[in-house]
Amino acid sequence: MAAGPAPALAAAPAHSLRAGIIDALIAAFIALAIAAPIIGLRTVSLEGGLALTTRWGAVAIAVAVVFAGRLALTLLWWPRHKPARRDSAGRRLLARARDSGLAERAMLLLAPALLIFAIALPATPFADRYVLDIGILVLTYIMLGWGLNIVVGLAGLLDLGYVAFYAVGAYSYALLATHFGLSFWICLPLAGFLAAMWGLILGFPVLRLRGDYLAIVTLAFGEIIRIVLLNWYDLTNGPDGISRIPRPSFFGLEFDRGEGGFAAFFGIGYSSDHRIVFLYYLILALALLTNFVTLRLRRLPVGRAWEALREDEIACRSLGINTTATKLTAFATGAMFGGFAGSFFATRQGFISPESFVFLESALVLAIVVLGGLGSQIGVVIAALVMIGGFELFREFEQYRMLVFGFAIVLIMVWRPRGIIASRTPSIFLKERKSIGAESVGEGRG
Amino acid sequence: MTGPLLQVRGVETYYGKIQALRGVDLDVENGEIVALIGANGAGKSTLMMTICGSPRARSGAIRFDGSDITAAPTHQIMRSGIAQAPEGRRIFPRMSVMENLQMGAAVTDMTHFADDLERIFAMFPLLRKRSGQRGGTLSGGEQQMLAIARALMSRPRLLLLDEPSLGLAPIIVRQIFAAIRDLNRKQGLTVFLVEQNAYHALKLAHRGYVMVNGAIAMTGTGAELLAREDVRAAYLEGGHG
Ligand SMILES: Nc1ncnc2c1ncn2[C@@H]1O[C@H](COP(=O)(O)OP(=O)(O)OP(=O)(O)O)[C@@H](O)[C@H]1O
Ligand SMILES: [Mg+2]
Repeated sequence: MAAGPAPALAAAPAHSLRAGIIDALIAAFIALAIAAPIIGLRTVSLEGGLALTTRWGAVAIAVAVVFAGRLALTLLWWPRHKPARRDSAGRRLLARARDSGLAERAMLLLAPALLIFAIALPATPFADRYVLDIGILVLTYIMLGWGLNIVVGLAGLLDLGYVAFYAVGAYSYALLATHFGLSFWICLPLAGFLAAMWGLILGFPVLRLRGDYLAIVTLAFGEIIRIVLLNWYDLTNGPDGISRIPRPSFFGLEFDRGEGGFAAFFGIGYSSDHRIVFLYYLILALALLTNFVTLRLRRLPVGRAWEALREDEIACRSLGINTTATKLTAFATGAMFGGFAGSFFATRQGFISPESFVFLESALVLAIVVLGGLGSQIGVVIAALVMIGGFELFREFEQYRMLVFGFAIVLIMVWRPRGIIASRTPSIFLKERKSIGAESVGEGRG
Repeated sequence: MTGPLLQVRGVETYYGKIQALRGVDLDVENGEIVALIGANGAGKSTLMMTICGSPRARSGAIRFDGSDITAAPTHQIMRSGIAQAPEGRRIFPRMSVMENLQMGAAVTDMTHFADDLERIFAMFPLLRKRSGQRGGTLSGGEQQMLAIARALMSRPRLLLLDEPSLGLAPIIVRQIFAAIRDLNRKQGLTVFLVEQNAYHALKLAHRGYVMVNGAIAMTGTGAELLAREDVRAAYLEGGHG
């Protein structure tokens, strides 16, 4: 034990990382073999009989999911749950330290890998319109999840009416653009600002509320906004919604066939996909902005105050933190990003109505935040991918979709009661960065 | 003006209709350790919290360093040189020890953070070892040290401690009380503490107050109070000698 461990410790992670990748490749190959005929080929009935269509994009996704899932399992999940080998206690301890170090390193790689994937997606061969549409949808929910994460995950204020700010953002853009002809780029900050104002309006009356009571009031708030949108016919056109909302331009260049259009300007052939790709990058940029701002704020006094507020409000007050201002900034900041996402939604759809802003949307975003692990940025990404992506994959089993969805939530909560990514990285360190795992604590499961 | 550092006059505090404080008068002089003892439910914690402005006194006046803080917002009171380690420690469980300490310094401009940290770690070496650990995983005694340390990070002139010995083993209690005495002697920190552990508290304190039913019933130096038969009978169970 005296001489051995040091080199072994250094060599082991690389070795098991390689083994893990090989193992995942094998699994991916098996998945390919199975998925190619089942998912890749589909019969469609034409007049003359049956014909085959291919869906290699979907196959690629399935294989990628299997590969990533298998790798994640070997690196993150199985090591900790393998039955203890009949080793000396010291060896076992070393093995565990090694595994958790590996898991941590894999986590560090996960975020850049996902980012590169997200940026490269439109350039990949299987990125057809359908895939990009799903990508836009997932990114929208990631952005909403990150926005809500500020309120629920960081500040610990349970908000069941987040969709209200999404609606405020969407209607702000729709109304400003259709009535005053303002461009998307001018409306975007305005929509964020208006949503933030509504965040403050919600924040004031609920300052003294916490937990269940806060949840109920925010739920009511979300419904009030929706009902107002439904009934204020003169302004919002009621249930008929607002249509012909201007599409975004590429800094003034419209995505059309015309002379001054995007395609003509760059001297490329017109394609309706340009707009989709542009929308995709737009929401990616907005989502990344949300993430960047959140990570920044977490290191600033206000962000730390949010987290402290979640932990213990009385302690916060006894330390001289202005809890009123802290809560209001959390509500306003979260609402602002909801507003940004809302105006994106409006410009993407071209049509909005109160029906898009029902309670289920709030619940979905909240589920993403909770499943991802309250306060975890990467957790939100994984949860949004799993939930929204999963939703789409199961589109064909329409009637079982909710069942599978609910079952998945239950499973995740049983497996990881504190969410997929249950550790948080402290924002300051004495010497080295070390995340604080959920494994080491028993408290605070609620 | 050179009045007491903390002056409490005729303070009455209510929880709804229930009156918890019935006209409390109390002084804490600069450089003193003052202990407040009393039975459960006497109103000791209420007084501590009223000084901090939550709940607020319905009548009476609280002055700190000559200025009236009775109606000041809590976060301003806590920035004016008063720090509190509240009842039940209330450290931030999901944050690391380091972050807890940083929250304590949140009201300062952080320029002294590194110095203060060294000072705190010298006083509680255990905290240095645990600096990366989650607050919630510390033992009770460590949590109490952290609560005091966190309060000290704002460089207060008056430290309020609500039952620092609660639930701790005698040896840890002695450690914590030794630390408080050191803070007072070496750094001239004024300390106002509430204690159930009357014997240790009165031994430590220069002066003491006894609270009964929301009002001050007795006052005197620590030694005087310890010598009184009625105090011994009511708060020492005759056990300590
Ligand atoms: N938030 C509250 N709402 C209503 N009544 C309260 C509240 N806090 C305290 N009280 C009441 O005020 C009285 C004084 O309570 P306080 O906590 O100040 O007592 P204490 O002297 O600190 O007691 P202990 O030694 O047990 O901590 C008690 O009767 C208590 O029931
Ligand atoms: Mg008390």
